Amino acid sequence: MSNASGQLQLLLLHPADNVLVSVQSLRAGTEVDAEGVRYQIVEPIAVGHKIARLDMPAGEKIRRYGAPIGSLSRSVKAGEWVHMHNLQSDYLASHTRQSGSGNSSNRSPNGE
Amino acid sequence: MSESQPALHGFMRSDGRKGIRNVVVVAYLVECAHHVSRRISSHFDDLDVHLIGFPGCYPNEYAGAMMRAVCTHPNVGAVLLVSLGCESMDRDALRAAVAASGRPVELLVIQERGGTRASIANGIALVDGMRRQLAAQQPVPMALSELVVGTICGGSDGTSGITANPAVGRCFDKLVERDVACVFEETGELIGCENIMAERAVNPELGGLIQACVAKAERYYRTMGFGSFAPGNADGGLTTLEEKSMGAYSKSGSSPISGLIKPGDVPPSGGLYLLDVVPDGEPRFGFPNIADNAEIVEMIACGCHLTLFTTGRGSVVGSAISPVLKICANPETYQRLADDMDINAGRILTGEASLDEVGDDIYRAVLAVAGGERSVSEALGHQEFILTYKSFEPIGPGCLPVRHVS
Repeated sequence: MSNASGQLQLLLLHPADNVLVSVQSLRAGTEVDAEGVRYQIVEPIAVGHKIARLDMPAGEKIRRYGAPIGSLSRSVKAGEWVHMHNLQSDYLASHTRQSGSGNSSNRSPNGE
Repeated sequence: MSESQPALHGFMRSDGRKGIRNVVVVAYLVECAHHVSRRISSHFDDLDVHLIGFPGCYPNEYAGAMMRAVCTHPNVGAVLLVSLGCESMDRDALRAAVAASGRPVELLVIQERGGTRASIANGIALVDGMRRQLAAQQPVPMALSELVVGTICGGSDGTSGITANPAVGRCFDKLVERDVACVFEETGELIGCENIMAERAVNPELGGLIQACVAKAERYYRTMGFGSFAPGNADGGLTTLEEKSMGAYSKSGSSPISGLIKPGDVPPSGGLYLLDVVPDGEPRFGFPNIADNAEIVEMIACGCHLTLFTTGRGSVVGSAISPVLKICANPETYQRLADDMDINAGRILTGEASLDEVGDDIYRAVLAVAGGERSVSEALGHQEFILTYKSFEPIGPGCLPVRHVS
C-alpha cells in the first residue's frame, strides 16, 4: 500500500470495506499495491477519492468505515475510480456543478 | 499550566456563565439598518467589535430568540441595537432582555436619530463609551468545565472523515472526560448514522428521539430536493450523503450522547450533546441552514465559547462572538491555505502524526484560545454571521435526561 519511498498511497479504513481511499494523488498508468493486491490505476485519482477493491456488479452496496455509503449504478473493476458516475446514495441524490473544479468527470451521468 | 487544572480566566456574567471574550456587538435588526451598523463597527477596526444582525422585516419567533441568545452570550460584554424603526423585530423586548442580563445596551433608531449620517456618528459615540466600560472589567478564574465547545465541518472531502473529524472526536472525548459540554450537529449530515447514534444515547428514550430527529431531517431535505451535499464535496471525493455523514459523525468521538438540544438550548452540564438544526413542521422558509455560518450561529446560541471547524476543501470562515479554530483534513489543501488554518490534520495522511497526537494538538489549541490567544480566523478579522427564518418546537422532556452519576 505504499510507493517506492514507502509512503502510504491507498488506505483501507475497515476490513469489511470494498473500496480503498487515496491518500495522495495517483497518476493514470501507475500501479499501486494495497492490502496485498496490485491495482492498475487507469485514470487520475485525487486525494480522498475511492477506488474499487475488487470487481463488483451493479447494485452492490459499497462499504466505507465498514458502513454502507450507497449502491453501484453500474459494474466496476478492481482499481477503478468509484464516484458519482457509478455510485449513488440509498437516501438522497447528490448534486454537483456542471463543471467541477476537481476531477473533470465528476458529473453524475443522470444530470443531478 | 498543568493539564489537569488549566488556568483559564473569563468575564463573569449575571447568569453565572463566563465569557472567554468581551466583545461589543453592533446588531442590526433589519437589513435596512445593516449599512449604518457596518459603518459603526468598521470605524473601530477592532477584533472585539462585532457586527451581527437579522435581515428580515417580518416577525419570526426563532429569530427573536436567537438574537436574545447571541446578545446575551457569555462572550458578549455590551450591545448596540440598530433599528430602522418600522421593522417587526421586538426591539424593546430585546433591549430589555440584554439590560436584564446586566450588560450595557443602547438602542439606536435611525428614523428617530436623523438618518444615516447622524446615526453613524451617534452609534460610534455609544460604542466608544461601551468599550471604555468593558476595559475596566476584570476577568475572574474560570474552570475548564465551564467551557462549551462546538464542532462543525465545512467544505468536507474524502480526507475529512479520516483525519480532521476523528481527531476532533479524540479531542471531544478528552473534553467530555473533563466535564466540558461539547456540541456536534447537523442532523441532515448524519443521515445514515441514526442507529449508531441511538446506541450511544444515555438511555433508550433519548436514542429513539435521536432516530426520529434524523428521520425528520431526511424528510425535510427530501422535500427541499437536495441533501446537505455541495459540489465541492464531490470534487473532494465524497460521492453520497451517507458517505459524508459517516465522515462527519466521527467528530462526535466515542462518549455517550447525553442529550438532544435545539438552537438556543444551553447544555445543562458537561457531556456530549447533539444539536438538532432542522426546523420542525412542514418545510416553510427554505433550507435548514443556508451555509456553514448559520450552523455556527446556532451553536453560539447554545452557549458555545468556541467552535472547532474541520475542512478538507479549505474553508476560510470565522465567526462573530465565538472564535472558530480551523482544522485542515487534507495535506494538499493545507499546503495551499496554511495561513488560514490552526491545525494541520493532514499530517496523519503523510505519516507525520497519529490521530491521537493531532487530537492532543486540538485540545491544546482549545485551551490556548479559551485562554485568550486569537484563533487564526479571529486574528484575520473573520466575523461572519448569518441568521435566517426558521421555526422550532421546544424540546421534549426526554431530550435532556438527568445524567447517571457513577
